[in-house]
Order: sequence, then C-alpha cells, then structure tokens
Amino acid sequence: MRIINDPDPLIRVEELTKRYKEVTAVDGLSFAVNHGELFGFLGPNGAGKTTTISLLTGLARPDSGAIRIAGRECAKNPKAAQHLIGVVPDESNLYPELSGYDNLCFCAALYGMRQAERQMRARELLEVFGLEGAADRKFAGYSKGMKRKLTIAAGIIHRPPILFLDEPTTGIDVASARQIRQLIADLHRAGTTIFLTTHYIEEAERLCERIAFVVQGRIVEIDSVVNLLQPVRQRRAMLITVSGSVEGLCNHLAGAYPQFTFQAASADQVRVESSDTISIGPLVRSIEDQGGEVIEARRLRPSLEDVFVRITGIDLDAMKKEKGGGGQ
Amino acid sequence: MNQWIAFWSIMFKDVRAYYLKPPNVSWGLIFPVAWTGMFFIRSGRGLDSVLDLLPGVVAISVLFGTTSMLAVTVTFEKKNRSFDRLLLAPIPLSLLMLAKTSGAILFGVFNAFVPILLAQFLTDLSRIAWMTVLPAVLLVAIASTFLGLFIAVSVSEVFEAQTFSNFFRFPMIFLCGLFFPISALPAFLRPLAFALPLTYGVDILRQGILGQSMLPTGLNLMILIGFCLALFIVSLRNVHRKWIV
Ligand SMILES: Nc1ncnc2c1ncn2[C@@H]1O[C@H](COP(=O)(O)OP(=O)(O)OP(=O)(O)O)[C@@H](O)[C@H]1O
Ligand SMILES: [Mg+2]
Repeated sequence: MRIINDPDPLIRVEELTKRYKEVTAVDGLSFAVNHGELFGFLGPNGAGKTTTISLLTGLARPDSGAIRIAGRECAKNPKAAQHLIGVVPDESNLYPELSGYDNLCFCAALYGMRQAERQMRARELLEVFGLEGAADRKFAGYSKGMKRKLTIAAGIIHRPPILFLDEPTTGIDVASARQIRQLIADLHRAGTTIFLTTHYIEEAERLCERIAFVVQGRIVEIDSVVNLLQPVRQRRAMLITVSGSVEGLCNHLAGAYPQFTFQAASADQVRVESSDTISIGPLVRSIEDQGGEVIEARRLRPSLEDVFVRITGIDLDAMKKEKGGGGQ
Repeated sequence: MNQWIAFWSIMFKDVRAYYLKPPNVSWGLIFPVAWTGMFFIRSGRGLDSVLDLLPGVVAISVLFGTTSMLAVTVTFEKKNRSFDRLLLAPIPLSLLMLAKTSGAILFGVFNAFVPILLAQFLTDLSRIAWMTVLPAVLLVAIASTFLGLFIAVSVSEVFEAQTFSNFFRFPMIFLCGLFFPISALPAFLRPLAFALPLTYGVDILRQGILGQSMLPTGLNLMILIGFCLALFIVSLRNVHRKWIV
C-alpha cells in the first residue's frame, strides 16, 4: 500500500475490522480520503463496501480499528462527526407516506435547519433534480429513478462537506445514471469530499481521483486513477472481428507474430495485445490467407478494467451481470 | 438548540404520518368507546357504576392506544430502513427516542379523554381530583409507551411487536386492578401485579376519581416514574446493542 501524502486527511481509517459471526465483512482496512477528493471504493458484491460506509457513518460499530473524520475520533463516538456527513444509502429509504417535498424538509430538519431555509433548499433541490412536478406526490408512488434522485437530494440537503454515496447509479436507466454522475461531478467541483462505492469500473474511472480496489473486505490496491492506469497505458490492444470462426486462427497468428499476444474474445473476435504499435495491414493479410475476412478492427482504449482484472483476478462479466440494471 | 428542531420535526412527522391517519384516529376513538360500553353494560349496575369503572377504562384505553403505536413508528421504520436516517442525524440517541415516543404519549393522553368525555354525559364528574388524574394519565401514557418501545426494540417484525405486546397487555387487564381489586387475585398472582407499572397508575387514577387507593399517591407516582425511567433506559441500551451492531 502506498503512503498517503496529505498529512491531514479529512477521513483517516486505520486497521478497521468488522465481523458478522463467521463473515469478516471488513478486514483491516486502512486508507485516507483527502479534503475535496472524490474517492472511489470499487469492488464486487459482498466486498464490504456498504459495511465500510456504515462503520464510517455510525450505523455500525467496528470490532477494532480507528476512524478519524475531520479530526474527530469516530470509532468510539460515532455522533462526533455526523453533522458533517451526508449519506446516500444503496436503497432509497425515505418515508413512503410523505411527499417528495415533505421528505426533503424533514431531512433538513434532522440537521437543525430552520423552516424558511429548509423550504427554500427543498424547492431548490427538487428543481435541480427535475422533480418539481412530483414535489407533492407521495414518495411511495415515485419510480425507481425518481426515488434514487430524491434520496440523493435528501443526502445533500444540509450541504454536508463530506458525502457518502453507496452505488448511486445501480439499477437505474442510462439517462438518469448520466444525470446523477454529472451531479456528483458538480458536487465535487463545488468542494464536497465524496466517498463513492460502485461496482461499475467505468464509473469509477470517469469520476474518481483515487480508487481503492476492495475484495473480501481488504484493499488490494489503492492509488490515483492516473497511476493505476500506468501499467496498461503502455500496452496497445486491438479487437479484430472476422467473418467466420476464430478457432485455430489465434494459434496461427501467435506463430506468425510472436511479439503480440492473441486471445479469442468471442466466437468471431480476436483480441491482440502488444507493448509496441500494432500495424493492422500484415494482420489482415494473414487472416485473409487463412481464408477469413476482417470485418472490423478497433483500437481498445487502455482501461481500468484491465487493471482491475489483472490485480484481482475477478471475472468482470460475472460482476456486471450480477447486478444488472443501467449504470453504464 | 438545533437539536430541538430535529426533535419537534420527528414528533410532528409521526403525528402527521401515523397518528392523525383516519384508521388511527378512529381506533383511538372506537377502542375506548367499545371498552367503556362493554364494561358499563356488563357491570349491570346501571349508571352509578360509571365512576367505579372509569379508572380501569381510562387505563385500558391508554394502554392499548400506545403500546401498538411503537410497532409502527419504530419497528416498521426500522424494517424499511428509514430509521437509519434518524440514527444518522446528529442528535443524541436519547433525544431521538424521546421524539419517537412523544407522539405516542400524546396519542395515549388523547385516548384517555375519550372515556372521560363519555362519562361526562352519564354521571357527575365534579368530585374528580383532576390534579391527581392528569399526572396519572400522563404517567400511564408514558409508561405504556415506553413498554411499547421496549417491545418494539426487542423484535424485528411488525407482527412480532403486535403479538408480543398482547402478551403483556391482556394479562395486565386482569392483574393490575383495573376492574377488580388486587386483593381479589389469588395470592400467588399478587406479586406479579406489583411488578407491573399499570398497577400503580390505576391506583392513582382510583385515588383521583374515587378518592380511594391502595398505596399513597406520592409513592405510586414515584414508583411509576421509576418504571418509566427503567423502561426507557433499557430500551435505549437495546437500541445501542441491537441496532448499531
Ligand atoms: N448485518 C449483517 N449481518 C451479517 N452479515 C453481514 C451484515 N452486513 C453485511 N454482512 C456480510 O458482510 C459482507 C460484506 O457485505 P456488504 O454489504 O458490505 O458488501 P457490499 O460490498 O456492499 O456488497 P454489494 O455490492 O452487494 O452491496 C457480506 O458477506 C455480507 O453478507
Ligand atoms: Mg452494498
């Protein structure tokens, strides 16, 4: 693990551990989140993301370890920093029997905001999230995307300097997900320190400055996105789609071009990787010599996915399928 | 100061969202009316028995009105996770639980006055010592609300809370001297009567309404306050232990 360079991070967690009977949900986590940073917590189902948020926000009690938020010791006294924190849980948990507007006003009141201020803020956020039309409708009747947006609005109603977002875009459609990501970026730009959990790698890559990969309650890698991408940045990759089957083709190509690695990406796609430039001409000719035809050749952008797979060995397709829904 | 904004908001939200809902208001009305009617008719002694029965009917109305409410305002919210919002709010847990219970306490007091208002039409209430009855009603409401809270934080499903509260309240009807004196209980049940808060509440009510009681009112009040404190503290500890795990 790398040394954290900010001498006075906003959130500092040391050796945090949480066990539920036989499961160790969080296993000796240490990390820090700096002032104004957008920190990503990326991991598959059951990695311990939600548990970590619960521990940091005072909804769960750690078995051991230290939590400091804004200089306050929170492992023993979880109330110490709660006024600085906004939380958007993974499930929308507002009051079904209250309207959207009343829900927001109520949440504002929990943080001691006065009536005039909370009404103004509630109207403002309903507008930001495009929910003015549904302001007086009961939360129970909202669609999933609307619920999610209102839950995010409720999490930021008191303008918290620190925001915890638990999988904010899981299970909603592409347009809403994009809108929410835009909002997160705006909050970040405005100076909010954000702790974001997600299992969408692209989302983490696009939004976050620093990312921790979490597997089975442990951080397996933590670094800035730029640094994480470094090892794959040098590598070139290309996806070639051929007519017919790629069976046998990979072996043939590997023999002809030992400087490249070939891999069947699907029934009719070959993935080519190299640390050098890949020139497509000779490859196309070789494939045609084998009686195939190149339909498409596409350069692949080096992505965090490659890094994640390389470090964790986790099957990404499985991870994406598990949750379904929009997201990307 | 800001914490009180949260306190009042939590209380008003519960009153608006739960207690003022037609089913609850009518439950709050029908239930005491039904008890009143049932006992007044059953006693068969005509209207002069109204005053005799009033302490018991008031107590039972409060008990049933309050205990089941916490199953909704606490167990239900815990179940659908909206309670997490309250746990995340920067207010002490004790203030939070007081806010969650104060709506039910008010509801209980409201319940108590339904039979009193009805009795008003049937008999002469001029000899009632209101300064004794009012604190008794309030304390019975607080004690039974906190009993409801104790039950609500001991279970995780709404139906469990309902079942569990019946386990307490039906025996209390017979054990706490509501409709016949504790001296009429079999000797082996009497200690049980003195272990239940309602016994002391009913005793104060009898003093205020009928001018007769088993124990001195001051002692009854102190014991009742003790029960309220103990139930609240145990419930708080349960919340700490079971919900912030
Ligand atoms: N209250 C609990 N009681 C028992 N086990 C729990 C509890 N909460 C979490 N766990 C276990 O801890 C582990 C981590 O769960 P957690 O919900 O933190 O994962 P996650 O990373 O948020 O997963 P997901 O992506 O599915 O939301 C899981 O194995 C889970 O079963
Ligand atoms: Mg989770």
